[in-house]
Amino acid sequence: MSGQKIPFPGRRARMSARLFRGYHPHTARYGAVLILAMALFALALSWRPAIAPIPVPSPSSFPAEQVARGAVLAKLGDCAVCHTAEGGRPLAGARALATPFGTLYSDNLTPDPDTGIGHWSAAAFRRAMKDGISRSGAHLYPALPYEHFTHVTDADLDAIYAFLMTRRPVHQEAPANKLIPPLGFRPLLAGWKMFFLHKGAVPVDPGRSTEWNRGAYLVEGLGHCGGCHTPRNLAGGEEGARAYHGGVAEGWHAPALDASNPAARAWTPDALYTYLRTGISPDHGAAAGPMGPVVESLASVPESDVRAIATYIASRMAGRDIGSPAPAPLDNEVAAAKRFPEGATLFAGACAGCHGPGAPMMGQGRPSLGLVSNLRDDDPTSAIQAILQGIEPPIGGRGPKMPGFADSLTDGQVAAVIAYARARYTDRPDWSKLEQTVRKARKERAQP
Amino acid sequence: MTIRINVNGAEHVVDAEPDTPLLYVLRGDLRLNGAKYGCGLGQCGACTVQLDGKAIFSCVTPLAAVGTRKVRTIEGLGSVDRMNALQSAFAAEQAAQCGYCSAGMIMRAQALLDAIPQPDEAQIRRHMQTNLCRCGTHMRILRAVLRAAGLPVDGHSA
Repeated sequence: MSGQKIPFPGRRARMSARLFRGYHPHTARYGAVLILAMALFALALSWRPAIAPIPVPSPSSFPAEQVARGAVLAKLGDCAVCHTAEGGRPLAGARALATPFGTLYSDNLTPDPDTGIGHWSAAAFRRAMKDGISRSGAHLYPALPYEHFTHVTDADLDAIYAFLMTRRPVHQEAPANKLIPPLGFRPLLAGWKMFFLHKGAVPVDPGRSTEWNRGAYLVEGLGHCGGCHTPRNLAGGEEGARAYHGGVAEGWHAPALDASNPAARAWTPDALYTYLRTGISPDHGAAAGPMGPVVESLASVPESDVRAIATYIASRMAGRDIGSPAPAPLDNEVAAAKRFPEGATLFAGACAGCHGPGAPMMGQGRPSLGLVSNLRDDDPTSAIQAILQGIEPPIGGRGPKMPGFADSLTDGQVAAVIAYARARYTDRPDWSKLEQTVRKARKERAQP
Repeated sequence: MTIRINVNGAEHVVDAEPDTPLLYVLRGDLRLNGAKYGCGLGQCGACTVQLDGKAIFSCVTPLAAVGTRKVRTIEGLGSVDRMNALQSAFAAEQAAQCGYCSAGMIMRAQALLDAIPQPDEAQIRRHMQTNLCRCGTHMRILRAVLRAAGLPVDGHSA
């Protein structure tokens, strides 16, 4: 066959010609027709109808009780975290979300008729949350964790809808997404959903308590904890077989919430409750990075829901020996200084003022570094980010605050100080390739 | 031990332990008393100076971390007789009450203006967040930074 039959000019034509070389002259044509037919068939399968727009409902048409319930559920789902731009109006969207596939901008969830969800019916909202389909029929990107939200009951979704539709409308268009081609082509998402969207309710385990089952419902559904704490495959789907084995969140490492959790002292439901409610557990450390906004949300929801979440997560970490006496935190000061003298010097000048024995902060019930989980994790990323970015108190300026050292310590110095801290405060093996990991963490920090 | 350090363009040799906070060396050894000791824990920003143009807390920056990088303090910006644009703007806006935070505020704001000559108000607020003023002159500080950047300063007073 010759190249001129293929309607692509230049290099592409030559490549196409190579592709079909050796086949019967008609094969190329039939092949092209077949591929086109399959593509059209797939496109037809991925097609979803629009749901008719409704007149913007009056806020007074929603019962106050339902709106109040929706407000709590929206907190449990952390809607405002992704759907609020930095310094922007709550829930008005346009926040840049960096993903391995490009940058997405969150949608406006206020009932603005032009740029928000003003014309969305409750059915359209339910479909978006459960199937990841916009009112227009377009597939939504799984940055909206519909593979979790699909488990939420219709009554709860309707309450969230009532809450959103009674917010003050904000006119704000989200910038266009910047994705790696061809991912801007939304019908492809239908294929993604075939693998990763598993609909249906969270199964009730009659052998467990009501509290545990409530926790399972919240964690697997609205809370979408697995979104960060479960590793993802190359297609960006959660690896179900390794649920809660630790994942990635905005350049931080989300620690494992299964039996491989690295904490020095096992997490109990009480410790988890304290951590989730206040942002700090005296036996484990402080909420940092993307966990801060989660704690901020959980600080204001009913106590029983946070206890339920704690009970369920603690059970997922089971397999560790919770009954053993709490070990005293390690402090191998002399040995660590011998192995990492530069790190020891930097630690003395930069860290010991707060973390050293007898420092004022240690008198406030803050955990010794010997108990801080990040230092014990196999992955140093979160310990590095805490040093680079610091820790902001999650709830209204209260709680632990650590300054960031990104501008005062070089990559090599961060690596030195962290190698020292690991050797001094844990019995874990040295981290390898630390300086490269610091460089990478710094780069991810600079992303939107 | 003796350690070399570059401050405001001049090389100094100081006799200090490598884990000594930079702030102590600046104030104690070099008699540069602009940067202040506030909390000593990197929480208030009174000790802010610049390291290679970036604002840092000198109270939690060990001398060993400085190396060959260049330190710049408020004394390196201008003098009472020859203030730089930002210092003049602080004076014009009366952006101080007790003045304890001023050197740190100015060094942090200058780092922003050097990187972004005309920042918007949101950028200034975000950038200045780490520095505290117990007298409550934040709005004046904000106006001083806007003024130094040549941006319109609105009339609201504080």
